[in-house]
Amino acid sequence: MTIAAEFKIDYRQTLDPAGRLVAPLPDFARDAAEVVKMYAAMTCARAFDAKAVNLQRTGQLGTYAPCLGHEATHIGIGAAMRPEDVLAPVYREVGTQMWRGVTLLEMLTYWGGDERGNDFAGPRHDFPWCIPIATQTLHAAGAAMAFKVRREPRCALAYIGDGGTSEGAFYEAINLAGARALPVVFAIVNNGWAISVPVAAQTAAATLAQKAVAAGIPGVQVDGNDLFAVREVVSQALETARRGGGPCVIEALTYRLSDHTTADDARRYRANAEVERAWAHEPMIRVREYLRREGAWSDAKEQALLEDCARQVDDAVAQYLRCTKPPADAMFDHLFAQLPAHLREQRDAARRYASPPGGHSNWQK
Amino acid sequence: MIEAIALAHGWEMQHDESVVVIGQDVGANGGVFRATAGLQARFGADRVQDTPLAEATIAGMSVGMSAHGLKPVAEIQFMGFLYPALDQIVNHMSRLRNRTRGRMSCPVVIRTPHGGGIHAPEHHSESTETMLCHVPGIRVVCPSSPARAYGLLLAAIRDPDPVMFLEPVRLYRAVRQEVADDGRALPLDRCYILREGSDVTLVTWGAMTLETMSAAAELEAEGVSAEVIDLATLSPIDSATLLESVAKTGRLVIVHEAARNVGVGAEIAAIVAEHGLYDLQAPVQRVTGYDTVVPLFRLEHDYIPSVRRIVDAVRRTLAG
Repeated sequence: MTIAAEFKIDYRQTLDPAGRLVAPLPDFARDAAEVVKMYAAMTCARAFDAKAVNLQRTGQLGTYAPCLGHEATHIGIGAAMRPEDVLAPVYREVGTQMWRGVTLLEMLTYWGGDERGNDFAGPRHDFPWCIPIATQTLHAAGAAMAFKVRREPRCALAYIGDGGTSEGAFYEAINLAGARALPVVFAIVNNGWAISVPVAAQTAAATLAQKAVAAGIPGVQVDGNDLFAVREVVSQALETARRGGGPCVIEALTYRLSDHTTADDARRYRANAEVERAWAHEPMIRVREYLRREGAWSDAKEQALLEDCARQVDDAVAQYLRCTKPPADAMFDHLFAQLPAHLREQRDAARRYASPPGGHSNWQK
Repeated sequence: MIEAIALAHGWEMQHDESVVVIGQDVGANGGVFRATAGLQARFGADRVQDTPLAEATIAGMSVGMSAHGLKPVAEIQFMGFLYPALDQIVNHMSRLRNRTRGRMSCPVVIRTPHGGGIHAPEHHSESTETMLCHVPGIRVVCPSSPARAYGLLLAAIRDPDPVMFLEPVRLYRAVRQEVADDGRALPLDRCYILREGSDVTLVTWGAMTLETMSAAAELEAEGVSAEVIDLATLSPIDSATLLESVAKTGRLVIVHEAARNVGVGAEIAAIVAEHGLYDLQAPVQRVTGYDTVVPLFRLEHDYIPSVRRIVDAVRRTLAG
C-alpha cells in the first residue's frame, strides 16, 4: 500500500488563558500602545453587545445575535485586515465591523430594522451583514476573483460559523478559491454551537480546518480566544493571499458565551457547567493580564476605559433612539437603479397608506 | 440565434472591459450550445472563465464580482439546473442594492436555455420563468428571434441591475436571420408587436412565438385578424402595450410553454382584469403547458401548446 495523500492541521496559540506567552511575541505586539488599542476595541465591542441585548429585552431593538466571547477573534481579524480589503461578515462580527469603521449607530440602525444601517459610511466596499448561512463565502470568493482579474493587491475575508461549514456554499467557495488561487481567507468561528447543535453533531471531522484539505488549500486552527495568535495567523494568511499565494481556511476555536440570538434560550440545550468552564478561557482576561505584566495596564486605566466605552455606546444609543423610521416609499428607492413604471403606482399607494412617522418609542405598535 | 448571442457577447466584451463571461464549459468549449464560441481565444481566460461545476458558485461569485467592479455574464447550462443558484439570486443578487441603500449593486446577467422541443434528456426542457418573475429586484427577459436576442442581451448587459436572460432552445438553431453586429441594444421593459391585427390579441414570448404566428396566419385564412405581441420582458411587464391592444381587439389569448398554474399568463390576465375588463368582449383564454411534470421527449410535442390549441382558443373567444 502506498499513501496517496496525508495531511496535518497545526494549532496556533500565543497567549495562554492566563496571559502568559507560549510562543514568540508577534511583531505587532511589541508596541504596547497597539495592544492597548486592540484591547480597548474588544472592551467596547463587549460594552456595545451588552447594551444591544438590553435594548432588545426592553423592546427597543430587533432580534440581535450577541458576540460575547468572540472579541479576540473579531478584533484580531479586524486588525489583521487592511482597509482596502473586503469583509464579508455573517451577523455576529461587531468587533470587526467596529474596527473597520462601521459605526455603533449603523449597527443599531440595522438591528433596529432599518436598511440604512447597511449603508456604511466607513468601509463602503465591505459587504453588508449576511444572514443566509454560508452564502457570503461565495461573495468573498467573487470579490477576490474581481481583484485577481483587475490585478489589485487586495484580499477578501469571509466569516463563517461552525454550522455554516456544513452548507454546500462553503464547500463551493473554498473549492473555487483553491481552484483559481484566489486572494481570499475563510475564517471559521467555531464557537461550539450552531444554535442548539454542537459541532460533534455537525460533522465527523476532527477539525473544521481540515475541510480545506479537500479544496487543496491550507487549513489551520488557532485559539480564537487568543488575540495575538488570531491576528498573527490571519495576517500571515492575508499576506500570502495578497502575494498570489492563494487562499486559506482558518478555524478559530472560541465559545459562544451567550444565547445564539436574543430569540434563543441556550439553557434548553446545553449545560451551565460547560458555559462556566468556558468563562475561564474567555478572551479579555488574557490580554488584560498580559498588559498588566508588561506594566502597561492598571485598575485606573481599566476603569477609565470602561467609562469611555459606556459613553461611546450611550451616545450611539441616544442617536439611534432619536432616529425616525424611513418613509414608507423608501422600500422602492433602491430596488432598481431606476424604478420600473409598474412600481410607481405601488410606491404611490405605499405613500398614501403610510403609517405615521415615529421613532423607536412606538416600537411594535 | 446562437450566433447572435455570441456576437452580442463579443461586441460588449470588446467595448466594455469590465464584462466577464463565466460558466460551465464556456471557455475552450465555447458553451454546450456554442453561445460563447471563440470568446476565450479572443479575450483570454481571465475574462472568459470556466467555473467549477456548481451553480451556486456561479451565482454567488457573480454577486461578489459585480459588487466589485465587474459585469459578469454567467451561463447556467440548462434551466433545470438553475435551482441551486436561486438562493444567491433571491437572497442576494436581487436585493444587494436595496439592502445597502444603493451602496452596492449587482449588474449581472444570468443566461440560461429555456423550454423544450429539442429532444433533450430529462431536466433539460424546463420553462420555470414564473419562479423568477415573482422575485422583486430582478428583470426576466426572453428573446424570440436572433435580432431580439442580440439587442436584448446587449441591453441586459448594460443594465445596472440583475437580468435573467432566458434563451428558448428551440430558437437556437431553428431560426436564421441576418443580424447587424452594430452594438445597438433594444429596450427592455417593453413588448414587441410581431403582427398587427384587430379581432384578437395573442400574447406570448420565446419559442411560442413560432406556433402563435402560425396560428395567426391560419386564422387570417379564416378572415380573423390576430395581433401577436411578444412580451419579451417577462418582469416587469409592459402593461401599457398589452392594454392598448386589448382595447383595440376586445379579446385576449395568452400562450406560454410553461405550466399554467400561477404562470406569467395569470399575471397578464389579472392586469387586463384590473385595468381593461370593460374592453373585453369575451373571457380571457390561456393556452399553456399542462400542470404536469415536463414529459420526456416522446411526449414533449403533446406538452408544448400546438397551433391547433391556439386556434381553438381564439375560436372560443370569437364564439362568445
